[in-house]
Amino acid sequence: MLQVQVTHRVGALALDLDLTTGAGLTAVIGPSGAGKTTLLRLIAGLVRPDRGRIASDQVVFVDTARRAWVPPHRRGVGYVAQDARLFPHLSVRNNLRYARWCAGVAPGGADDWDEIVHLLDLRSLLTRSHTGLSGGEVQRVALGRALLGRPRLLLLDEPLAAVDIGRRTEILPYLDRLREQRRLPMLYVTHAPAEIAGRADRVIHLQDGRAALTSDSGGNLAEVRNAEI
Amino acid sequence: MPWSAEELAILGLSLRVAAWATLVSVLLAVPVALLLARGRFWGRSLVNALVHLPLVLPPVVTGYLLLYLFGRRGPIGAWLADTLGLVFAFRWTGAALAAAVMGFPLVVRAIRLGIEQVDHRLEETAATLGAGPLRVLLTVTVPLALPGIIAGTILGFAKALGEFGATITFVANIPGETQTIALAIYTYTQAPGGDAGALRLVALSVAVSLLALLASEALARRAAPERP
Repeated sequence: MLQVQVTHRVGALALDLDLTTGAGLTAVIGPSGAGKTTLLRLIAGLVRPDRGRIASDQVVFVDTARRAWVPPHRRGVGYVAQDARLFPHLSVRNNLRYARWCAGVAPGGADDWDEIVHLLDLRSLLTRSHTGLSGGEVQRVALGRALLGRPRLLLLDEPLAAVDIGRRTEILPYLDRLREQRRLPMLYVTHAPAEIAGRADRVIHLQDGRAALTSDSGGNLAEVRNAEI
Repeated sequence: MPWSAEELAILGLSLRVAAWATLVSVLLAVPVALLLARGRFWGRSLVNALVHLPLVLPPVVTGYLLLYLFGRRGPIGAWLADTLGLVFAFRWTGAALAAAVMGFPLVVRAIRLGIEQVDHRLEETAATLGAGPLRVLLTVTVPLALPGIIAGTILGFAKALGEFGATITFVANIPGETQTIALAIYTYTQAPGGDAGALRLVALSVAVSLLALLASEALARRAAPERP
């Protein structure tokens, strides 16, 4: 369970959030400039909130009142950005190995390498340099890399924005597989709600820095299964 | 033009001085460049100015300051001689120190530019994968800044090989100890009938510089990361 209670200012944006999410896929929707990416950066620890508390299960990531701070590399929060950010000096295989190495798995050690490579159909890409990959392939590699980092929570920041419309349908089934097979809590930011129609377990609607109610539950968060958005 | 053993010894000394000067200045320049490129601290512009001082000071002034500080009785020189047995005054080590100091601003500048070219978001990505700050530095920042580090190394080596003013002021012009190729050419030009000797060393100097440039070009091409 992820709890976020923060106030934070960046430029013209004043975030004032109080939200709680659980397992499964949580969609974060809202217009550009609503603070969607900032929310993910706060959770990943790439930004320190002005004030507030963020905790995942029993682990307090940040609590400004108690001066608690866990740096990003100790949070176990995977992050896939819309531009994927593969390491340009490493091949696809080494991008993936890098994550495994950071997760503390020895080369040749037992982990879910095969499973992830299979899940995302990465085998044919392994020997490639990232320069020859299509937008969809790049995102699959970035997704695989994030998973090999063994996150307890996965943040996806418009992972399909840089992918051709026609190719988006190639990626979405992978996300479904992830959700079904790995039971990994995911936050999925998008401003194209159609992408996650029928996929999200709940929806957070951000508007002007606030998490707005989208449905019938009492808080800021709508607890709707398979919401039609 | 076959060169005599004596001339090759001068070249050998020059290369030894330049290699040590480059090694020391690059190793120190990487953290300083990181500090200047990424650090946000009080006194940053003062550090920047201090680093660049040898570039704007007359070399004689830098040489004199080195003599004052690192001479046998200088505040730093005396201490180093007593504790580590490391003597700079009128030794080849002093020539290397002078060359390192004179090249330092150039090396820092090139490496700093290289570091500033690195996409900070890649470093953030490494952190979200679980890489701590040191691992990010060694596996992402430094490899991606490698073209700048190589450029800095080449500049530093070139500067060290040609350093004259600070060297002759600090460690004088002692054959076999501090007389690098630049100082030897100067000595020939000051002596009657030294033209032929000077010209031979000039030719040697050109040949070595050309080789070094070609080698560094090849190195830089191999190290440059593929960019989309």
